[in-house]
Amino acid sequence: MTPAIELHGVDYAYDGGPPVLRDACLTVEEGEFVAIAGPNGGGKTTLLRILLGLARPAAGTALLFGEPAHRFSRRATLGYLAQRSRLGTDAPATVREVVSAGRLAAGGLLGPLRAGDKAIVARAIADVGLEEKADAPLATLSGGQQQRAFIAKALAAEPSLLVLDEPTAGVDPGAQESLARLLERLHRERQVTVLYVSHEFGAVENVVRRLVLVRGGIVFDGPPSDLPGAWHDPSHVHA
Amino acid sequence: MLELDFMRMAFAAGSVVGLLAPAVGFFVVQRRMSLIGDGIGHTAFAGVAFGYLVGLSPVLTALVAAVGGAVAVEWLRARRGTAGDQALALLFYTGLAAGVVLVSAAGRFDAGLFAFLFGAILTVTTSDLVLVAVLGAVGLATIGLLYRALAGIALDEEGAHVAGVPVALLNVLLAALVGLTVAISMRIVGILLVAALMVLPVIAASRVARSMRASFLLALALGLASVWIGLTVSYYGNLAAGGAIVLVAAAFVLAATAAGSVTRGRVPAR
Ligand SMILES: Nc1ncnc2c1ncn2[C@@H]1O[C@H](COP(=O)(O)OP(=O)(O)O)[C@@H](O)[C@H]1O
Ligand SMILES: [Mg+2]
Repeated sequence: MTPAIELHGVDYAYDGGPPVLRDACLTVEEGEFVAIAGPNGGGKTTLLRILLGLARPAAGTALLFGEPAHRFSRRATLGYLAQRSRLGTDAPATVREVVSAGRLAAGGLLGPLRAGDKAIVARAIADVGLEEKADAPLATLSGGQQQRAFIAKALAAEPSLLVLDEPTAGVDPGAQESLARLLERLHRERQVTVLYVSHEFGAVENVVRRLVLVRGGIVFDGPPSDLPGAWHDPSHVHA
Repeated sequence: MLELDFMRMAFAAGSVVGLLAPAVGFFVVQRRMSLIGDGIGHTAFAGVAFGYLVGLSPVLTALVAAVGGAVAVEWLRARRGTAGDQALALLFYTGLAAGVVLVSAAGRFDAGLFAFLFGAILTVTTSDLVLVAVLGAVGLATIGLLYRALAGIALDEEGAHVAGVPVALLNVLLAALVGLTVAISMRIVGILLVAALMVLPVIAASRVARSMRASFLLALALGLASVWIGLTVSYYGNLAAGGAIVLVAAAFVLAATAAGSVTRGRVPAR
């Protein structure tokens, strides 16, 4: 089977800046649940942007389901939650409106959302446990609930690949645990490939079987139990 | 007052603009580009002046200049990333300066120019009205068809991009709609005030509404109400219509801010 994600020898630097990633190689099979961790500025977000085809590597290749990532033909099946997602608007959007926006590409761009798509949106809201808040403005929700709404938005695409950049940042520890459990359940029930970036990965350590540490490249890739003891807090990685 | 022909014309054309300006402005404000309407107004001014100079219909040349300017700004913003602010400044001043130079070349610092700068809604002719109605209907239908797509991009541009939504194309289309709105609103509220009608009803609505859709619809209602109340006041008070309309819209913002801080007190802050 074609892997969901393949990175081969990827180098990357921002305009005129120092190298951010060097010789990064990563293969993720369909149906895997992979956590990505590493220090701030280690290149996690950059790695995601490359594997989603939003940025082109200076060297190496990035493939999505076997196709070049920047020319991937089935984009409507990608669910992406950007880092520190916040609404790009001052209008008081409700949970349902935010989640519906995740159905934009899959449900067609023109006219109102069709009944089938509305049902998919409702299911995504139910899956993250926000039914009761479905028509509340997002600003009236707690930080953890808002992150759930954004996860539901990514789910509304009925994605075959779900990529989440620090979905638990700025959320209290209790909510972090429950978000991690939620992601694990969604992965199991929906059989979706999940790539989950977590700065504080303590919460996922018990959930994932594969952990990737990023620090200017990929410095570790394996089961969390194989991590060298000194590396357990990813914010203090000394590779 | 509605037994008067010119007032009926003014209300008809004003109603189209009162709906279209906030409908387009809604998405511009959500993308935090509130001042783009102003910049486009200045390129429209250059268009009017060019029309004078070469003897073409100023509305037509303004339409071309405004749509072209808006698309250019969007292109610069997309290409140069964060320099959107500077792109706007370049457009703003070049448009104004070119307009002044062209008007002087045409020797037309006169009342006709004044009408474009500040609006002359009481002099709207049947052919003006037809143009406003047709272009306004096209603009509103486009917004209606693309509401969900434009709202989705406003909520999460990068997410839409990843999902394969043609974000760049839709952004250019929105910019073109801004240009169209400026050009057809020019005779009603004037180049210098058209941006206000795109922005103020939207700000007022977002202060009190509880959903994006409610916010959008309320902005349209407030735009329409601003035009109707403003026109009525200007008729009975013998005041400049464009200014009266915008002052009513500004009053809505103040009232909505007061009302919003009352309702918001009951909602748990985030
Ligand atoms: N748009 C950008 N322009 C220039 N440098 C950037 C940009 N985005 C990130 N960087 C730099 O690239 C490095 C990696 O950043 P990032 O991928 O965001 O790391 P992480 O997500 O692990 O915190 C950092 O040194 C950061 O300063
Ligand atoms: Mg990051």
